[in-house]
Amino acid sequence: MSSSITPSTIPLKSIVVAQRKAVSLISGGLDSMLATKVIIDQGIHVEGINFFTGFCVEGHTHAIRKKDQNKSKRNNALWVAEQLGIKLHIVDVIEPYKEVVINPKHGYGANLNPCLDCKGFMVGKAYEWMQQHGFDFIITGEVMGQRPMSQRRDTFPVIERESGAGDLLLRPLCAKKLPPTLPEREAWVDRDKLHDFHGRSRKPQMALAEQFGITEYAQPAGGCCFLTDASYANKLSDLWENRGSREYELDDIMLLKVGRHLRPRQHFKIIISREEGETKFLEGYRKAFTHLYPTSHGGPLALIDGTAQDDDLQLAAQLLARYSQGRNANQVSINVCFMNGDTTSLHVKPLAKEDIPKTWYL
Amino acid sequence: MSEHHLDARRLLCPLPVIRTQNAVQNLRQGDRLSVVCTDPGSVNDIPTWSRINGHKVLEINNDNDEITILIEVNGLDS
Ligand code: SF4
Repeated sequence: MSSSITPSTIPLKSIVVAQRKAVSLISGGLDSMLATKVIIDQGIHVEGINFFTGFCVEGHTHAIRKKDQNKSKRNNALWVAEQLGIKLHIVDVIEPYKEVVINPKHGYGANLNPCLDCKGFMVGKAYEWMQQHGFDFIITGEVMGQRPMSQRRDTFPVIERESGAGDLLLRPLCAKKLPPTLPEREAWVDRDKLHDFHGRSRKPQMALAEQFGITEYAQPAGGCCFLTDASYANKLSDLWENRGSREYELDDIMLLKVGRHLRPRQHFKIIISREEGETKFLEGYRKAFTHLYPTSHGGPLALIDGTAQDDDLQLAAQLLARYSQGRNANQVSINVCFMNGDTTSLHVKPLAKEDIPKTWYL
Repeated sequence: MSEHHLDARRLLCPLPVIRTQNAVQNLRQGDRLSVVCTDPGSVNDIPTWSRINGHKVLEINNDNDEITILIEVNGLDS
């Protein structure tokens, strides 16, 4: 005899409601940490995602500079994930991110930071990841009105549209200020337990952190990447201008974080290490650049970016001598090594401080 | 169980972690991966990444210039 199962005969135990899954953009700062915690506390399975663009502030300069090497170093995004007890996936987006930096549809912020395009790009990448991994929605730590370019009532829909995420993008810290998203409408999350933070004040975040017992977190800075830094942006503009192209490789943008950069002539730039750690780092580029170092005195290593003629090399050697321990000597010997392996020795008088125009410094 | 080696020297944070993550994705439970790196931050970051993704750090050798971290893949999806 066949039997049919009607709803009333299904044992209650076998009705399993699938746990919803969210992917959270983790920057390493407090806001994304709080937003994630709010959603974890609603019983959602959350995993973190973090994007490496090449411009991220994380670790690099600390890793390079010797004087910083005794400080405890950690990747804040990884640290946050561990505090929250979630997995973190770090995704290398160096290549696709170039288009965002080179050609931002919505332009730049105060420096070369294309924040609105960047947010759209990152949420878009998270959306792709979400679909590939069978997750249900995306969360970010954005707060309406917190940042002038990307975190505004009128720019939020731009991010939703351009990323493709639409209403699968939930911003737990300011959700109550926004129309309900799909996870709220479907009751995957309880809207009442979300927040209505807005504006530039950090007080609500501090209070929520306290409520969660979060006492340690990375201090929010002006932005999460070097593109918001005026001096870095200046060096990047100089690179683009003098190459006649905005194309760049990872090494180009890494080198902009290291050493003193001076452009004494339009056709060449000199990068001089500031301390031992930077010298070591620049040594890794010796095969790719004509480089100079003092032999009669202790001192830094310098790379020449561009095409330097004999008189340019003389000038570069004098500049380098200025930053060597022979800065007050009458003569400093400098070795010049060319990319083809040839070397030559120059004996120069260090440039006086007042002979280095301020305009040479990038 | 097989042994694998990853050279992440001269790479700066977070690239050693990304390379480790990508290498582990192709390994099986019980496989071992030895990562050698020079970024001092790796001594914290790779073990943290391993812990949160369910892999076991068997050994860390730090001889100042080079850090070698031996990981056992525990089979949890990363
Ligand atoms: S600060 Fe940098 S990483 Fe952050 S949104 Fe702006 S461009 Fe993107």
